[in-house]
Amino acid sequence: MKDLSLNELNQGLKNKDFSSVELTQYYLNQIKDLNTEINAFITIDEEKSIQQAQQADQLISQNHISELTGIPIAQKDIFCASSWKTTCGSKMLDNFYAPYDSMVVDLFNKCGAINLGKTNMDEFAMGSSNETSYFGAVKNPWNIDFVPGGSSGGSAAAVASGMAPAATATDTGGSIRQPASLCNLTGLKPTYGLVSRFGMIAFASSLDQAGPMAKTAEDCALMLNVMADFDERDSTSIKRDKENYTQSLNASLQGKTIGIPKEFFNDELNDDVKIILEKVMQAYQSLGVNIKEISLPNSQLSIPVYYVIAPAEASSNLSRYDGVKFGYRASNYKDLEEMYLKTREEGFGDEVKRRILVGTYVLSAGYYDAYYLKAQKIRRLIADDFTKAFTECDLILAPSSPSTAFKIGDKTEDPVAMYMQDMYTISTNLAGLPAISAPAGFINKMPIGFQLIGNYFEEAKILNFTHQYQSISDWHKYSPGGVL
Amino acid sequence: MALTDKDIKKLSHLAKINISSDDEMIVLKKLDGIMKLIDTMQKIDTTDVQPMSHALDIYQTLRDDVVTEKNQKEKFLQLGPESNEDYFIVPRVVE
Amino acid sequence: MTWDIVIGIETHVQLTTKTKIFSGASTEFGLPANENACLVSLAYPGTLPVLNKEAVMKAIKFGLAVDAQIAEYSVFARKNYFYPDLPKGYQISQFELPVVNHGHLEINNEGVNKKIRILRAHLEEDAGKSVHGIMDNKTGIDLNRAGTPLLEIVTEPDMSSAKEAIAYAKKLHNLVQWIGICDGNMQEGSFRCDVNVSVKPRGSDKLGTRREIKNLNSFRYMEQAINYEVSWQIEQIEDGHDIIQSTVLFNPDSGETKAMRSKEEANDYRYFPDPDLLPLKISQKDIDLIRDSLGELPEECLKKLTVDFKLNEADASIIVSDKKTYEFYQSLVASGLDAKITANWIVGNLFAKLNDHELSIDDCPIAQEQFILLIKRIMDQTISNNAGKKIFDLLWEDPDKNVDTLIDTLGLKQVSDVSAILPMIDEIIQNNPEMVEQFKSGKDKAFNALVGQVMKISKGKANPGQVSELLKEKLTKS
Repeated sequence: MKDLSLNELNQGLKNKDFSSVELTQYYLNQIKDLNTEINAFITIDEEKSIQQAQQADQLISQNHISELTGIPIAQKDIFCASSWKTTCGSKMLDNFYAPYDSMVVDLFNKCGAINLGKTNMDEFAMGSSNETSYFGAVKNPWNIDFVPGGSSGGSAAAVASGMAPAATATDTGGSIRQPASLCNLTGLKPTYGLVSRFGMIAFASSLDQAGPMAKTAEDCALMLNVMADFDERDSTSIKRDKENYTQSLNASLQGKTIGIPKEFFNDELNDDVKIILEKVMQAYQSLGVNIKEISLPNSQLSIPVYYVIAPAEASSNLSRYDGVKFGYRASNYKDLEEMYLKTREEGFGDEVKRRILVGTYVLSAGYYDAYYLKAQKIRRLIADDFTKAFTECDLILAPSSPSTAFKIGDKTEDPVAMYMQDMYTISTNLAGLPAISAPAGFINKMPIGFQLIGNYFEEAKILNFTHQYQSISDWHKYSPGGVL
Repeated sequence: MALTDKDIKKLSHLAKINISSDDEMIVLKKLDGIMKLIDTMQKIDTTDVQPMSHALDIYQTLRDDVVTEKNQKEKFLQLGPESNEDYFIVPRVVE
Repeated sequence: MTWDIVIGIETHVQLTTKTKIFSGASTEFGLPANENACLVSLAYPGTLPVLNKEAVMKAIKFGLAVDAQIAEYSVFARKNYFYPDLPKGYQISQFELPVVNHGHLEINNEGVNKKIRILRAHLEEDAGKSVHGIMDNKTGIDLNRAGTPLLEIVTEPDMSSAKEAIAYAKKLHNLVQWIGICDGNMQEGSFRCDVNVSVKPRGSDKLGTRREIKNLNSFRYMEQAINYEVSWQIEQIEDGHDIIQSTVLFNPDSGETKAMRSKEEANDYRYFPDPDLLPLKISQKDIDLIRDSLGELPEECLKKLTVDFKLNEADASIIVSDKKTYEFYQSLVASGLDAKITANWIVGNLFAKLNDHELSIDDCPIAQEQFILLIKRIMDQTISNNAGKKIFDLLWEDPDKNVDTLIDTLGLKQVSDVSAILPMIDEIIQNNPEMVEQFKSGKDKAFNALVGQVMKISKGKANPGQVSELLKEKLTKS
């Protein structure tokens, strides 16, 4: 079952080649074998998963089977799942059992998918290496001395190592695409507002977006068919007709145009990565796609702008963790003030604290205009660059990550170096655009991806382009331990 | 502008995160590095640019005024770090 | 030195919606602690706010009622601070772009009209409650109120005395109930005022430093608090002290205001637009719809009473001081009663009685049709005004009684028959020659005394109007 696609798993279940219980048990066994080393999961609950699988088998036996019925999906531990421990990678929520389902979890439950477990992540999704998790670093299945990327490092490692066929993830500045790139997976960050944020623990509300992480574009399309849905409980959820993202996967790319932003393909880009991306361009050309240079003049400012906006929103979003209503509370304090100070000192890790402090600073009296407002204005310029670019091309090709995975511990002492990991992904979050990362090849036996960015709500086009590439390339078929 | 230890104390107070005196210099140094990165955006002229708070130009939807939530007091109080049968309990609040 | 007093008021008006401003939890008052504390009220991870339509409608309604501008776009911001009864660690409130801007309210203070400018009114959420004294050194947190919709109404510093401040607060209190956006219950905290007070040397252009008296929930306390605060500030300045900008609380027991324990640092609320909520857009169509549903406002009704019904300003103001009273008055006049007599009866008798018993017009024990009948009987001169009062008192005691039956059984029917009254007049003239002389020499008092004598021997049943008419005729003829 290891290398079966979601579609093949669906066929297998339909043909009764295996039951959902058997399938779920298979993955649970994989987790038992591999998770101690990889640390991709924070919470496993065999009983709950198997129970769901039994219910799925019931449905299947009555021929009530949709695309993901009976298929186990790993859930990033940022999604509240009723009566599951939901930690968001933090000590603050170490013992937090969510009393409700997030929209994403609810949608998977409703279509009969199985919650396989909750995946590890950077604490409150703040990180690019999965080293900030209170539950320990996640190892890259391609080489356990390396990071899997972050913040959805657990989801990436789980799928890459064969512990799950697919997983949910979230992306605030690259948290789906960068780990997908580092773990040889396909990961899609949809248009802001396409997937409901209800029940998804907030990091930076105006940037956070959930999406699928899987082996192929086709699997991502199947996942997105479930995840994309209007939700009146999220004011930023977009009301629009449901799309079938698998429908146009095979459409021809003849005569289409891919834009190459000159600002991304400059001297700063690592030569090996450049060579790999040029091969991707050639592959697209062979599919009849035109390659055209475009410009995103303000994209260089994405990182400073992001590190104002995201921490500002986070500093406020994380104020609710105060030891009063739920979650962690310090045990020794002499008064209310000290209870707050110690609860938040002990409950949050260093990176989260740093970002809360930065966010507090940029919003504080006297600095708001110089930082927060300034950042919001440059954000507009960055978004406008994209609007202009999309008058000239269908999609934009960009690196997903500046390099392949780095070694665990390499960047932990230098937050700014860590922040550079997201230099190619952040601008799309600021603009709210959809983007995918898909396998593009290997450098020194470590995988790296390419990124395709689309205009608003052009997920179908992005998936179509990616699927077409995957139909003439093999990179996505490689898995750790295979021969390279 | 460089951050000072006074800034760190103020931020610690506002964000309600205790920073031990041992850590203060480390925090200061790292925050200062981040602020230097952030300050690179100051070179851009943003006169007449409208700030952007949301990715899409859409407006707030409104909810009908209908009760949808039921009383789950017991369950929620149990999830609290300290509570009795009626209240979440905190150290005495001084006005 | 003489001083100018400068007062501005911020009022927190709880809007009468069924549910909270950002969630579907009930706003019902008085339930056991935390029964209305839903996931959103508790700020559970992953929960998001969704704006209540009714709260927006009510804010617009208020804006229209004070002739304000309704913002086409308004924005919700986060006001960040830590407090145990503020579950998210921030309050969602409108900051830079409120829904209502630049209105005004006309007050009447001791006969003088004055326009009080309303700077803005914005939507926000209420906090929960901290409950003290349940355990030693502990505070209980009740989040039932957290998320209740508030409209914060902010005036310019346009009031210059405690009396004007009270006149404004009462006027506003009436208005928000009149247009149906607030129940006005001050004990339950539905209408709370923060009063900013400062003093400056008479005529000076420079405003003094203000102190804000927080959370006044009775007009009486408001007046006491302002008066105390004003004299305290004047005393401080005259003694050579500076006023320090601060927030003060009023202690009703001591009648004093006292600064709250000052925080180590000034608050820095770090306002920024709430990314979970989108800009609120209000179309002209929505505004027009709400305008159509607004109905007559107190100001228009007052005009109608003084101009069309010729009531005096004082009576008219009392009748429009509350929508129910006005509607009651309107229905009485519509049933054919005289506008002035009815106004006198409502203001003079009904209100006096209701106030004595601390009742509202809703709780009036007398049935409306009996009240109408009573005034009818006075209008058609069946009974005198005094007899009417007697009947009114009896009806109050026993609402089952009938006006006509009471007139009969008590023999209160007044004598309007000329042939019955004339002999009594003759008798009085005969027996009081000195008074007659006095009247003739120009003393009006004597005339009243003579009328009184006639009324006395008629045992109060003679129609006093008729007595006075006939008596005058008789005296001037002879």
